[in-house]
Amino acid sequence: LAHGSGGKLTNDLIRKMFVPPFRNEQLENLHDGAILPSLNGRQLTISTDSFVVNPIFFPGGDIGSLSVHGTVNDIAMCGAEPLYLSVGLIIEEGFPMDDLWTIILSMEKAAKEAGVQVVTGDTKVVDRGKCDKIFINTTGIGAVWPEMKIGASEIQAGDKIIVSGDIARHGISIMSVREGLEFETVIETDSASLHGLVNAMRKKGEIHALRDPTRGGVSSALNELAEASGYGIQIDEENLPIREQVRGACELLGLDPLYVANEGKLLAFVNSEDADAVLNAMRADPLGKEAAVIGEVVEDHPGLVVLNSRIGGRRVVDMITGEQLPRIC
Amino acid sequence: MEKRFRITIRGAVQGVGFRPFVYRLATQFGLNGWVVNDPAGVTIEVEGAEQLLDEMLETLQNDKPAHSYYQYFNVESLEVAGYSTFKIRESSDQGSKKALMQPELATCSDCLEEIFDPGDRRYLYPFTNCTHCGPRYSIITGLPYDRSQTTMKNFIMCQRCQKEYEDPVDRRFHAQPNACPDCGPHVELWSKQGKVLATHHKVIETAAEEIKRGKIVALKGLGGFQLLTDATSEGVVSRLRQRKNREEKPFALMVSSLIKAREICSISEQEKELLTSAEAPIVILNRKKWASEFIADSVAPENPTLGIMLPYTPLHHILMRLVNGPVVATSGNLSDEPICINENEAIERMGGIADLYLVHNRPIERHVDDSVVRIIAGKPTLLRRARGYAPFPIKVDASDQDQSQEIPTCLAVGGHLKNTVAVNRDTNLFMSQHIGDLDTYEAIKAYHRVIEDLPALYDLHPEWILHDDHPEYYSTKDALKRTLPTIGVQHHYAHVLSCMAEHNLEGPVLGVAWDGTGFGTDETIWGGEFLLADMGSWKRVAAFRPFLLPGGDQAIKEPRRSAIGVLYEIFGEQLFQQTDLLPIQAFEKPEREILQRMLDQKINTHITTSAGRVFDAVASILNIKQKISFEGQAAMALEYLISQTESADVYPYEIGRDGDLDIIDWELLFREILQDLNRLKAFEISAKFHNTLSKMIVDVAKQVGREKVVLSGGCFQNVYLAEKTVDGLRKEGFQPYWHQKIPPNDGGISAGQLFYALKNINSYKKEQALDEVPG
Ligand SMILES: [Fe+3]
Ligand SMILES: [Mg+2]
Ligand SMILES: [Zn+2]
Ligand SMILES: [Zn+2]
Repeated sequence: LAHGSGGKLTNDLIRKMFVPPFRNEQLENLHDGAILPSLNGRQLTISTDSFVVNPIFFPGGDIGSLSVHGTVNDIAMCGAEPLYLSVGLIIEEGFPMDDLWTIILSMEKAAKEAGVQVVTGDTKVVDRGKCDKIFINTTGIGAVWPEMKIGASEIQAGDKIIVSGDIARHGISIMSVREGLEFETVIETDSASLHGLVNAMRKKGEIHALRDPTRGGVSSALNELAEASGYGIQIDEENLPIREQVRGACELLGLDPLYVANEGKLLAFVNSEDADAVLNAMRADPLGKEAAVIGEVVEDHPGLVVLNSRIGGRRVVDMITGEQLPRIC
Repeated sequence: MEKRFRITIRGAVQGVGFRPFVYRLATQFGLNGWVVNDPAGVTIEVEGAEQLLDEMLETLQNDKPAHSYYQYFNVESLEVAGYSTFKIRESSDQGSKKALMQPELATCSDCLEEIFDPGDRRYLYPFTNCTHCGPRYSIITGLPYDRSQTTMKNFIMCQRCQKEYEDPVDRRFHAQPNACPDCGPHVELWSKQGKVLATHHKVIETAAEEIKRGKIVALKGLGGFQLLTDATSEGVVSRLRQRKNREEKPFALMVSSLIKAREICSISEQEKELLTSAEAPIVILNRKKWASEFIADSVAPENPTLGIMLPYTPLHHILMRLVNGPVVATSGNLSDEPICINENEAIERMGGIADLYLVHNRPIERHVDDSVVRIIAGKPTLLRRARGYAPFPIKVDASDQDQSQEIPTCLAVGGHLKNTVAVNRDTNLFMSQHIGDLDTYEAIKAYHRVIEDLPALYDLHPEWILHDDHPEYYSTKDALKRTLPTIGVQHHYAHVLSCMAEHNLEGPVLGVAWDGTGFGTDETIWGGEFLLADMGSWKRVAAFRPFLLPGGDQAIKEPRRSAIGVLYEIFGEQLFQQTDLLPIQAFEKPEREILQRMLDQKINTHITTSAGRVFDAVASILNIKQKISFEGQAAMALEYLISQTESADVYPYEIGRDGDLDIIDWELLFREILQDLNRLKAFEISAKFHNTLSKMIVDVAKQVGREKVVLSGGCFQNVYLAEKTVDGLRKEGFQPYWHQKIPPNDGGISAGQLFYALKNINSYKKEQALDEVPG
């Protein structure tokens, strides 16, 4: 790839590679922006994220699908239905056309599955070394589901905390490729769009908060919510779903799975009376088959996340400011 | 000539029978006046003939009651007031709270006699005490120390107790927890569910029976719950291990008497004194050869020492006489949590562990664990400082400070593991009781409680917070969240300072700080450090050659990872071909490849100079421990091997240089250990290794040339290393200092931090003031 800034070549690139896969009215107009239909009074939500993951291809996904899932999930975690996406590509000169194509197709597939339209985009090719292979920014717009009222301030003592499936897979998957770690079985990312799952949950009960525990893992997400809500959080190690090979990999690497990233998991804070109904709805969805109640919100220890350990005892799972430095003296 | 003296005494003069002592003296000398307890200590006025007054002064200073301690003694001469009697005045709660709080004191011989005298009204009464013994810190709710400010306030004394309490010549005069079977607290036996099964003396008999039958009894003791069970039965002790989730970490024992202790351990004169002292700590003793006939192996697996304590409350005395045999007495909690203090909490926290609860209705105000002491190089060293010692202050000298400037109160929040906190009033350094590992919720809860409680008791209001530099310590994160200004103190400097504090050294000294891990100023993990340190500054003059530690905290639980790190530094990638090495064999083949990547690419892998990890590496190479279940286990196992030899051999090693830092290069040492594997026994290698470490310290000391050498950090809990080093340093004319009052491990970090504050805080204050000048 050797397309300079702007001009005909980039235009060609967009027309040839970008428009066909995402074919829709707005994109075909090739305007500077997209004009979207009215949403009949529903509240809007907007979210943006940039994806600079290394490696760009990993088991079960790539930077393309990730960039769609990531933003779609951020919209879904606001209790909204994702509708539109913008896509910004920054590509390093010399990036293989085939790879670009693979990534774009992967985005297309992810967008289609998620039922979102890519309505506007931008592509820049930069000199070698100015970026690492390819960076993608996506911005999503969604319509808030009318009955949903979601946020840290909605959290109440007694709320059950549900995780939609096994944790720590994405982080380990990425790391294994990036660092060339060969585990006995290939660990695939869990990257997926979660709004379908949210849609399945939303009518089954009162959901107070949703969070996708990406960077920093389950621990960071829970700590943020404990702090923001002013309540304490208790989780049971025993109930945390985690695949055996992921647990093994974490142990070998000396990483605490609670701090490892996920890309296709959500944490839901659900009114305790509705927890069973929501859990059942989740389990009926392919993305929530292994959903489990992992803990609850408590009045005790505001701001702290406390883990009831498998071997007994209660451990505080705090926010880490940097890497997992050894503390044992 | 007639005169009147006003004597002001500060220090530990309350709750020790001090006023009756003064009363007796005054009446004996025929002097008139009064004595009063106030929050600052004791004030006395006496008048009479000058010569008698002088004699009384002399007795006051030379024959003071056993547990009293003066920090300040002042005499003012006044006009004669014309007193006609000597009176003990009503305590005053006016003035600043400068009296020192007493720690718990083990049952005195007088009380003991009463408890076992069938004719005494306190026969078998488990809450018997007097001014020479009994609970203090664990029941105090405020100062001055008066019954109304203790958890005894709801027990109204019967007439006879009240009479003792009011009689200046009685041993129980103003014994605040004074009680008897008629008016005091009583015991109850509860089921697992908290149902009352029995009350009063029957309780203790039943509990003793149940212990003998192999049950685990949770006992509400002095500073919290203990779990008691028969120490002679393997099945019973392993059941306790299983329920408590404590794999191998040694349990402490309680035996009914010194004689019983001697049956299982050899006890020196010095150790005897410790065991029978009012502090009554757990003393680490060497077992006798035949101890295993009396003590179940799982009490302290593969350990030639046993932690022993004697009964220190009437309840313990009565129970232990009934049980007769040795009993495991471990704090009532899960591993690494502080001891728990109330019934409901106990049932919640120990529900799965205890079969029965022996409780009582005297509330415990704050947790105080059993202290642990070991004799190191001829002196007792506190390894865990709690019951009997906390909250007694460590008084430091501040002669270098500008006397006109007050030293503001600072709060030092300590480290992460074995946490303690400390707060000062002037140059009194008050260290909290042992709190625990700040990973556990219970320890964090206790930490927050103690941070509020300790300053509040003394009416202190910290203006600054001192913390460790490690960004991931709970204490650091908590300190930085607070609004007070904070000062970070490097971990190993704090270790060195803690030892300087108790010996009142200003430096410069050569500080040898050897431990597991601590956060270095270059953001790597330190632990084998030599610091040239004084009160305000320090310079790292030497350190172990760095190596890689793969896997964060996991590496500390698996000595084999330290070995891999060290050997990788020596052999590079070739290491993984050397499959005859035991640390390599300790990993599965696919795991080795991942480890290699972790090292090559520094994945969750940190650079370290830790001495503790060097111990681990040796333990792994010798296949003594590849994984551990408690902190320091591998190093302890190595240390215990040495008793089998007197070898003075050493390994070769080199001192290299990196900039202005001397690098202690262990490569030759490890290369020779690998060769020795085929020709020497593990214990010979261990001795040779230990000898080399102490030689390294002596060599660096010679190079640095400072007379005073301070040894601190967890590695100096290793008796062989500490003694060998002390010896070696002395032989070369150095003056070694090691810990006695403050633990060498991270339990001492708070004291080191606070000592730094005492000496430097006013310059920080000045800086702060300058910053605030509008400009
Ligand atoms: Fe340390
Ligand atoms: Mg995001
Ligand atoms: Zn007594
Ligand atoms: Zn009474």
